[in-house]
Amino acid sequence: MTTAHAEAANGTLPHEPEKATLEGRNKVLAFWLFLGGEAVLFGTLFATFLALRNQTNEGPSANELFHLPLVAAATFLLLVSSLTSVFAIQAMHRGRVTMLRNWLLVTVLLGLCFLVLEIYEFSVYIRHEEFGMTTSAFSSAFYTLVGFHGAHVAFGILWISVLIGQLLHKGLTVVTAPKIYVSAMYWHFIDVVWVFIFTVVYLLGKVG
Amino acid sequence: MDWITTVDHKKIAILYLWAGGIFFGIGGLEAILIRIQLIKPMNTFLDAQTFNELITMHGTTMIFLGVMPVIFALMNAVIPLQIGARDVAFPFLNALGFWTFLFGGILLNLSWVMGGAPDAGWTAYTPLSSTGYSPTHGVDFYTIGLQIAGLGTLIGGINFLATIITMRAPGMSFMRMPMFAWTTFITSAIILFAFPAITVGLVLLTFDRILDANFFNVAGGGNPVLWQHIFWIFGHPEVYILILPAFGVISEVIPTFSRKRLFGYSSMVFATILIAFLGFMVWAHHMFTTGLGPVANALFSVSTMLIAVPTGIKIFNWLFTMWGGQVRFTTPNLFAAGFIPTFTMGGVTGVMLASAPADFQFHDTYFVVAHFHYVIVGGLVLGLFAGLHYWWPKMFGRMLSETLGKWTFWTFIIGFHLTFFVQHFLGLMGMQRRVFTYLPNQQFDLLNLVSTIGAMLMGVGMLIFLTNIFLTSRRPADAADDPWEDGRTLEWTIPSPPPEYNFKQTPLVRGLDAFWKEKMAGHKAMTPSEPVGSIHMPSATILPFLMSVGIFIAGLGFMFSRDEFSSSIMSFLFNNYIVTALGLLITFGSMLMRSLFDDPGWHIEPEELEGR
Ligand code: HEM
Ligand SMILES: [Cu+2]
Repeated sequence: MTTAHAEAANGTLPHEPEKATLEGRNKVLAFWLFLGGEAVLFGTLFATFLALRNQTNEGPSANELFHLPLVAAATFLLLVSSLTSVFAIQAMHRGRVTMLRNWLLVTVLLGLCFLVLEIYEFSVYIRHEEFGMTTSAFSSAFYTLVGFHGAHVAFGILWISVLIGQLLHKGLTVVTAPKIYVSAMYWHFIDVVWVFIFTVVYLLGKVG
Repeated sequence: MDWITTVDHKKIAILYLWAGGIFFGIGGLEAILIRIQLIKPMNTFLDAQTFNELITMHGTTMIFLGVMPVIFALMNAVIPLQIGARDVAFPFLNALGFWTFLFGGILLNLSWVMGGAPDAGWTAYTPLSSTGYSPTHGVDFYTIGLQIAGLGTLIGGINFLATIITMRAPGMSFMRMPMFAWTTFITSAIILFAFPAITVGLVLLTFDRILDANFFNVAGGGNPVLWQHIFWIFGHPEVYILILPAFGVISEVIPTFSRKRLFGYSSMVFATILIAFLGFMVWAHHMFTTGLGPVANALFSVSTMLIAVPTGIKIFNWLFTMWGGQVRFTTPNLFAAGFIPTFTMGGVTGVMLASAPADFQFHDTYFVVAHFHYVIVGGLVLGLFAGLHYWWPKMFGRMLSETLGKWTFWTFIIGFHLTFFVQHFLGLMGMQRRVFTYLPNQQFDLLNLVSTIGAMLMGVGMLIFLTNIFLTSRRPADAADDPWEDGRTLEWTIPSPPPEYNFKQTPLVRGLDAFWKEKMAGHKAMTPSEPVGSIHMPSATILPFLMSVGIFIAGLGFMFSRDEFSSSIMSFLFNNYIVTALGLLITFGSMLMRSLFDDPGWHIEPEELEGR
């Protein structure tokens, strides 16, 4: 810990700056725990969706509704953004601050595109298909599960943007590094959840 | 101001104790009103609607706002001390957890003055809790209030997990950790995996009520039993969140006052883990009568009964600890000793309920009420009393009066058994729970009278306890470091109350019951593991408070977003989600502040440490 501080002071960071201080290690550990809780949260939402996915109440069903190319494009964007966040962390470990910043920017931009596609998708359903929150148990479960994920993406975009701001202001230190590392964990988690949504909601909705 | 901005775990403990105490008082008053209504048949003291609101708020308040915070108070007061840490892993989050809990609790109780309390039972079963049967805002206060309070619990749980994993003093391996720290650790793990489920459940119910979603609405394709699954997959683990800390307290108190080490320490650890694990497997034993079918009922029946095995191991270990010890019946130990048989009786009725065919008879009768009060009051509340009397001198530097303490114990436990023992028989004779009155001459009259008298006696016990606290607070704070003289764990090695940095030097732990070990080796104090040095402390901050205020405002705004107000300005503000947005802005703004301005903290220098 003391050596890490010393290194930070003369401008060189340790290889894994996110784990250089006790605070940093605590943060990473607690975030793993938090993601455990998030897994239960999404698990419960998935279970709810699975229980209700055929309860269409004479409204549109999954098969009629979903347009796979659009969703596939969104999936692609999010998967790539996960990759770019890996590049960001790799840049961080090599101490390349500009590269780190750029990769984070790319990640945020991809996330934004994903979100735009999702909002577009929802608006089509609501305006042209008369498929809203109140239509059926299926619609409620759909909007809640996918919407929760969307809200997580939105929060992630805000969060990483603030971190980019911090990076510009304070540079890469043993204080900012754990935050960036943890936000990347969060971003991967969201991505994994999306893979499940893509499978369980969209693919299964089309074929199941 | 000091209290609003504090991040010191010992002060947060006191805040939890105060807030929990007040909510406990409210819940207690509600209980007394319920018992007055049931004192005689066909009573008209309360009407049916008020009665429903009272039983709902009593259960909800007691479980989420009464006993949970007192548990958190003990954990906050004791855990860092027991593991030899200067603080918890995240002091800021610790404060945030408290304030969200408090504002959630306030929101829930505002329902009494803002147009009707929740009235669908503490389990909020749909469709009773849907707008069709519960048209007031009552259940909205329930869903949103509990949501906010639950956030605080989750934060607290993660914090304790991280604290116990990373901040133990050198030498304290997991298998040298005091039992209370162990049960806190396991409890926090259960919180982490159980609370997100109720978070989702509450969101779904909120959406059904406020956004007209169809999760539980049969007409829209929804399914009411889904609510029961979600509720109980949280709800059953929740009862272990409540009882395991009490087990921890008992496992500290009994060895101290028996002057013996805890019998079967490793089996205690193992049993705790096993109980937590099984706790997640048995939720549907609350749903035997919903028609899950014989196979599911049989499986859940057997898995439930399995829990009696690790629980039994614990009971016997406590008895063996006392066996042959030099037992002193101080007030804490009286409560601990009273805990054992009382809790056991609750466990026995639990196994009876776990038998699915028998449960068809017992379900929704006073037998169930008797069962869970034996485990929650006879188990948890006695455990909390033991813990409070035991650690009071450490928290406040003052010994509670032993005489008044013994009075508290006897009135409370006699009152308790009077109240709830007879309810077993009321249940077996067919008296239903949650019904606001009963007909005369069904042989319910006398037993109900006895029950009400018992409840009053418990109230008297509480009053004696409060008197004890009041009188004690006026005496000088002169408790010794190790006031019970037989302290075994690290918290008894530092002054009472502890300085804000807890340990001047982090101690070196050389075995289970670290302090006792040193005493037996003839030492008066722990060997330090580090030289005296500068101690880094986190700064006080108002942000956790502000964040919680923001969430509170957002919750109220969302709840009334569909209402029509007599004033058009109000309608404009609420119906356009402006109030909600404002609340969220406060919260996210505070988060942004926290993120932008790093807290450098401050240092306590060695000269200052020596000066004191
Ligand atoms: C050996 C251990 C236990 C067993 C086998 C057991 C079994 C059961 C069963 C089968 C029920 C459902 C009864 C019904 O609704 O028909 C029940 C209800 C309940 N139990 Fe337990 N239990 C045990 C321990 C505990 C503990 C330790 C607590 C709390 C600290 C607890 C709290 C409750 C509560 C609150 C209810 C009522 C829920 C409600 O309907 O409002 N139980 N128990
Ligand atoms: Cu249960």
